[in-house]
Amino acid sequence: MASPSPKSPEQSEKTKQYDRQLRLWGDHGQSALEHGHICLINATALGTEILKSIVLPGVGAITIVDDKAVSDEDIGSNFFLECSSKDLNRGTEALRLLLELNPAVRGHAVQEPTDQILRENPDFFKAFSVVIATSLGEKTIQDLAQHLWNINVPLILCRSVGFLGSFRIQMKEHAVIETHPDNEQTDLRLDAPFQSLADYLDSFDIDNVDLKDHGHIPWIVIIYKAVQKWQASNQNRWPMSRKEKNEVKSIIGEFIRRDENDVPINEENFEEAIRAVNTALMPTYLPVKSQELLYCSAATNLTKDSTPFWIMCSALRGFVEGEGKGKLPVKGVLPDMTASTDHYIKLQNLYRTQAAMDAEIVYRKVQQIVAQLHCDNISEADVKLFCRHAHDLHLISGSSIASEYQLTSSVASYIARHLEEPDVMMVHYVLLRAAEMFASEHCRAPGDWEPESDSAKLKACVTKLLSDVSCAPFPKDDHVHEMCRYGGAEVHSVSAFLGGCVAHEAIKIVTKQYKPVNNTFIYDAASTNTATFTF
Amino acid sequence: MASGENQSSSDNQPRRWHHIRKLLERSGPFCHPDFEPSPEILDFIMDSCKVLIVGAGGLGCELLKDLALMGFKKLHVVDMDTIELSNLNRQFLFRKNDIGLSKAKCAVEFVNKRVPGCEAVAHHCPIQDLDEGFYRQFHIVVCGLDSIVARRWLNGMLMSLLQYNDDRSLDQSSVIPLVDGGTEGFKGNARVILPGMSACIECTLDLYPPQKTFPLCTIANTPRLPEHCIEYVKVIQWAKENPWGNNTALDGDDPQHVAWVFEKAQDRAVKHGISNVTYRLTQGVLKNIIPAVASTNAAIAACCATEVFKLASSCCVNMNNYMVMNMADGVYTYTFNAEKRPDCVACSNSTRIVEIEPDATLQMIYDKLCEDPVFMMKSPGITTVINGRNKTLYMSSIKSIEERTRDNLKKKITDLGLYNGADILVADVTTPNTITIKLKFLENQDVEMAR
Ligand SMILES: [Zn+2]
Repeated sequence: MASPSPKSPEQSEKTKQYDRQLRLWGDHGQSALEHGHICLINATALGTEILKSIVLPGVGAITIVDDKAVSDEDIGSNFFLECSSKDLNRGTEALRLLLELNPAVRGHAVQEPTDQILRENPDFFKAFSVVIATSLGEKTIQDLAQHLWNINVPLILCRSVGFLGSFRIQMKEHAVIETHPDNEQTDLRLDAPFQSLADYLDSFDIDNVDLKDHGHIPWIVIIYKAVQKWQASNQNRWPMSRKEKNEVKSIIGEFIRRDENDVPINEENFEEAIRAVNTALMPTYLPVKSQELLYCSAATNLTKDSTPFWIMCSALRGFVEGEGKGKLPVKGVLPDMTASTDHYIKLQNLYRTQAAMDAEIVYRKVQQIVAQLHCDNISEADVKLFCRHAHDLHLISGSSIASEYQLTSSVASYIARHLEEPDVMMVHYVLLRAAEMFASEHCRAPGDWEPESDSAKLKACVTKLLSDVSCAPFPKDDHVHEMCRYGGAEVHSVSAFLGGCVAHEAIKIVTKQYKPVNNTFIYDAASTNTATFTF
Repeated sequence: MASGENQSSSDNQPRRWHHIRKLLERSGPFCHPDFEPSPEILDFIMDSCKVLIVGAGGLGCELLKDLALMGFKKLHVVDMDTIELSNLNRQFLFRKNDIGLSKAKCAVEFVNKRVPGCEAVAHHCPIQDLDEGFYRQFHIVVCGLDSIVARRWLNGMLMSLLQYNDDRSLDQSSVIPLVDGGTEGFKGNARVILPGMSACIECTLDLYPPQKTFPLCTIANTPRLPEHCIEYVKVIQWAKENPWGNNTALDGDDPQHVAWVFEKAQDRAVKHGISNVTYRLTQGVLKNIIPAVASTNAAIAACCATEVFKLASSCCVNMNNYMVMNMADGVYTYTFNAEKRPDCVACSNSTRIVEIEPDATLQMIYDKLCEDPVFMMKSPGITTVINGRNKTLYMSSIKSIEERTRDNLKKKITDLGLYNGADILVADVTTPNTITIKLKFLENQDVEMAR
């Protein structure tokens, strides 16, 4: 049988291979990822588990910095080392096996200690989109963190000990335009319809259409008409309270046609209208978070070094204060609703057209700013995307790891507050820090060989940290004993869990989509609990 | 306490397991009350503990690697699927050269080679092809499937292995713990099920989101979304135009079929002024594609592997008992105690009862079995025993029987020989065993009318 063989739109190998993830971050997200270059310091099990989930989706390049030789313990817990790797350079071996996962990814291995690179070639780190570090000592952590803070390269610092794990993201500033909220709010403007929408809504006469058309009227129109009717007897106010919204609902109920026995006919669009009243009547306003962004100094004091994000924020402020009359550009998205195709498409086009017009105004303002500042142009597509997501912009203003390690007063009181709650996840954080302190003093993990005798020494570290944050010692030594039991062991599944999470956060940072953790994540595999702290 | 440097008898490279031995050979304040640290636990994990990994996809590959690196050697992997190009963004044990080969076999071969001593065994077949005897041999089953029906079937299998003592109490030795993971995009869940003791898959069916469907009249008469256009071609136009002849079924994996649907859906969209019908969307709707990424799978599988390790070693208490995870906004997890349903179809050792009007038709029972949140069956086959003889009342899975029994659906159940207290036997794809359900007639309506 001859096949109808239509012209098959060519899908590239790459599109097919990445299909399942392209549905999450799109072709533009993929392109950003392919321009990313990730540096891993120390190819521990945790380190290679992180890189695995960054190499598979196709990051541009990876660089592994590791000066250590492969040990039996490494082979036992690290999937990207094999028996023949024994005594060879750990980074080089791990790189070889990681690159097998995806031939599109480029890779390099650097067999120098991190301290030496920081001393002799600090510019080395400028090339990276994100630096990820595992298994570093206290001193190196602070030097590396300070340097990366200065040169503005994001750092993710990771730990995996026994059933505990953590990571800390250090970034000066990270702006997310596409946050992909789970429940995005609709932007229908029923309280302030733009002209073409008002004209369209007014053109309906609910009472005088035949029954079939009646069942095809979009609920937006129904609610608008009901509100108008309500306003006629309420001094043209906008219904706000629950009682007022219920009154609107009963007006909608009265719109529903009845059969010859006076029984209401089942009209899905009117049922939908009643269900939509609460959300659709939310007044259009400038979200507080957007307002803060538009009026923060980075947006009001532009320089030629300002990032496109701040330039667009500035242009957006111009729009809000001018043409937008206090409101953001229309999103241009219409939720699905029972309606005839004609009604729905017409309505959808009205919103889309208005969104395009609003974005066009913002784009012109961007062009003016760019011309004044003599900086790089921003594409119209970028401005459109920015306007589409203007309601959900997200900015992370980070803090330095240096201030966390120095336990500045705000960090100290933050830790103390959580300890007093009491929040056991903050106890884990203190133990992880104490274990790090122990390692720098004794050159081994607490409990590496002698859990009993190390307990007292680790407790001394805990006590020191607690007194630095003005907290009383822990009433029991449970957590100290547990940390000594771990003896610095790296449990593969704990590292694999964190590996997935850290890779995920690195991808968010590189693609600038979805909100990353801000800024510290603690994982307790024993109780299957996690927590996020913001230092 | 001694730090436990005694060599584990069965391994010639004791330093390889140095990390996990610390957890297994040392006691801690948060251990399971039954835990007694000893080098024998690692011996058990390596030499005796048999773990079945169900699925060798995104979660399965991770689980196999995780468990092999935690010391497990007696691993079995079952998966009926073969490798496709779109798997390679996360199923890290496969390469382009492996496309078309068995997932289970490839995964097992890779891990056995990479991790010395690992003796994983592959089963390239549907889980339904393996019998009670097969499942009974395992200490722990860990499941990384994307199909809810298969998951329910596996759950039913483990429940059917439960044995009860004479006093109706559960025989603990018949319990095979089930660790289950699932992901969808940036979200996932992991849970531990102790059959007969804690909530099972059927106890918590309401946690699965209902499948998104479009009403037929919308698709046919008032399309608004690009999805409506694609569904129209899939549901109506394909059958009508029969483009490949011979009533060839639409195959979402055949690029020519997808291209045909894409083209027709575009035509329909243009006709109605609908935009954004894309090839990717067409494929997504036709195959019901769930987005997937390596990182989420890695995290969820690792969480499951940790629980398997805890079950095998008792070195720590298990999660209680259900964790949900969302990695879209930061990384958020929540662990809660999913509750066992006392009337669960699968795991409660009690007779199932369905309440029904005495004048109900068989169709009403059929619908109840499909729609009632306790059953949520797909295509139940219903039989009964009348005067000691089996009688098939309705069965849709075999065409000839369906035709012969179709008329029964319209009949009153009393006309079919059913009565108050009668047992019906129900079979379905969601369970490996026939379920006995007792009919209970609701109070006679006469009472109602007399009021
Ligand atoms: Zn159950």
